[in-house]
Amino acid sequence: MNWEQLWDLVVILTQKEIKSRYKNSALGYVWSVANPLLFAIVYYVVFGQIMKVPVENYALFLMAGLLPWHWLANSLSAAPNIFLANATLIKKVRFPRHVLVVSYVLNEGIHFVLSIPVIVGFLLVNGMRPSWSWLAGVPLLLVAEFLIVYGMAVTVASLNLFFRDLERLTALVVTVLFFLTPITYASAMAPGPYRSLLSVNPVAALIEGWRELFMHGELSWLGVGSCYLSALATLLVGSVVYWRMSPKFAEVL
Amino acid sequence: MTAIRFDHVSKWYPRYQSLSHGIKSSLLHLPETLRLLKRERIRVLEQVSFGVEKGETVGLIGPNGAGKSTSLALMAGVVEAEVGQVIVCGRVSPLLELGAGFHFDLTGAENIMLHGVLLGLTRREVISHMNAIIAFSELEGSIHQPLRTYSSGMIARLGFAIACHLDPEILLIDEILSVGDLSFQLKCNAKIDEFKRRQVTIVLVSHSMAHVQRLCDRVIWLEKGKVTGEGAPSRILEEYEKSVKLRHAEGRSSAA
Repeated sequence: MNWEQLWDLVVILTQKEIKSRYKNSALGYVWSVANPLLFAIVYYVVFGQIMKVPVENYALFLMAGLLPWHWLANSLSAAPNIFLANATLIKKVRFPRHVLVVSYVLNEGIHFVLSIPVIVGFLLVNGMRPSWSWLAGVPLLLVAEFLIVYGMAVTVASLNLFFRDLERLTALVVTVLFFLTPITYASAMAPGPYRSLLSVNPVAALIEGWRELFMHGELSWLGVGSCYLSALATLLVGSVVYWRMSPKFAEVL
Repeated sequence: MTAIRFDHVSKWYPRYQSLSHGIKSSLLHLPETLRLLKRERIRVLEQVSFGVEKGETVGLIGPNGAGKSTSLALMAGVVEAEVGQVIVCGRVSPLLELGAGFHFDLTGAENIMLHGVLLGLTRREVISHMNAIIAFSELEGSIHQPLRTYSSGMIARLGFAIACHLDPEILLIDEILSVGDLSFQLKCNAKIDEFKRRQVTIVLVSHSMAHVQRLCDRVIWLEKGKVTGEGAPSRILEEYEKSVKLRHAEGRSSAA
C-alpha cells in the first residue's frame, strides 16, 4: 500500500466513524461538548463550591483539562472493541488493521478540536482572550496527544483480542487515571511523594500543557518535551504489541 | 505463469479459548498457559501443495472443516502459514460474504467507497468506477439510502458489483453465488465468464456441485486438511460424491 492509498483509507474510515456517530442524532455536535460540560459542572460544584479547591477561575480550569481528557478517555474506553467490532472485515480482507485505531482516535480528536471554541467562550466570559502562542502550541500538543492516545489505544485494542477481560480492566484504569491526572487539581498542589507519582503518569504533562496553553497562553518546552517523551514510549509499546499480535488477529476473532 | 502457489503449507490454529479464561489465571499459571498453548492446536491444513495458473478457475471442494476457507484466508493474506510457503502474484479481490465489510449506517454509495479503499484503491480510482458499479448492481434508486434499508439480496448484489469492478487479478469467491434472484445470478455467471475470458484467476469455494462443474477448469478436493484429489471437474466431482455417499451409507449401517 502506498501513501496515497493509506491516506485515503484513513480519511474514509474517519468519515465513517463521524457519520455513524451522528446517525439519527438531532443534536449531533452538541453532545460531544455537552458531555465534558456536564462533568465540568459537577466537578465545579463538588470540588469548587463544596470542597473549595483554591484555584482561580476554577470552571475554566476544569474545562481546559476535561476537554483534552475526554479525547483520551473516550478513545481508550472504545479501544477494546475497535478490532472486535470489525471482525468480519479483518477475517476477510488484508489491509493495515492499525488504520482502524488511527481513524477512531482521529475522530475523537476532531471532536476535541471542534470543542476548542467552548474554551474560547469561557476565556472571553472571564475577560481573557486566546493567545498567539496557540498557533504553535495547539498543533504541537494535538500531535503529541494523538500519538499518546494512539499508542495506548492500539495496545489495548490488540491485547483485548487475546485477553478479553481487558475491557473491564480498561474501564477501571480510565477511572483511576482520571484522578491520578491533574484535571480537577494542579500538580503543584500535590505534596512531595504524590508529585513524583504524577510525574510518571504519561498523561499528566499533556493535560497540564493544554491547560497552561489555554489559560495563560504559556508553552513550556520542558512540558512539550515530556509530552513527546510519553508519546515515544506509548508509541513504542503500542507498535511492538501490534506488530507481534496482528498476524494472529484473523485467527482469534 | 503461476498466480497462486502453495508449497507444503501447514496451518494450525491454537486453541485461544484456553486463554480467554482470563488474564489473571493465565498470568498466574504462566508456564502452564504456555504449555497449553503449544499443545492444544487444531490442525487445519497439513502439507498442502498445489498451484493455480494465471487465468485458471479452480474450485475447492470438500466437507465442512476440510480447510477450504483457511486456504482462501491464506491466499487473501489475512492469516499466515506456520510451515511452508504461500506465494500469490497479483492483486487479490476477496468477494465478501453477506455484510462483511459493509457498514449499515452508511449509504450504498458510501459503502462502495469504503469497500474500495479497504481493498487498496485510492479514492480517485473508486470514484472512476462508481457509476459502473451502481449500474451493475441495479441499485440506482436506493444507492443513497442507508444500507440497513436494503434486503439481503440487494446487499449481495452490491458486494458482487464492487468485487467485479475493482479490476481484480485474483478473485476469491467463498460460497456466495447462490444469493440474489435468478436474473442476478445469470448476470453473475455472465460476469464470471467475462473474467475467465480476460484471464482473471478465480478460486471458488462452493458446496454447489453444479456451480463447480459449470465454472471450474480444475477442482481441488480437500479432506481433513489434505489434498485428496485434484484434476478435471467431472472426474473429481464424481469421486467426491461417491466418497460422500459411501460414508453416508456406512454411517447409516453402523447406526442400524
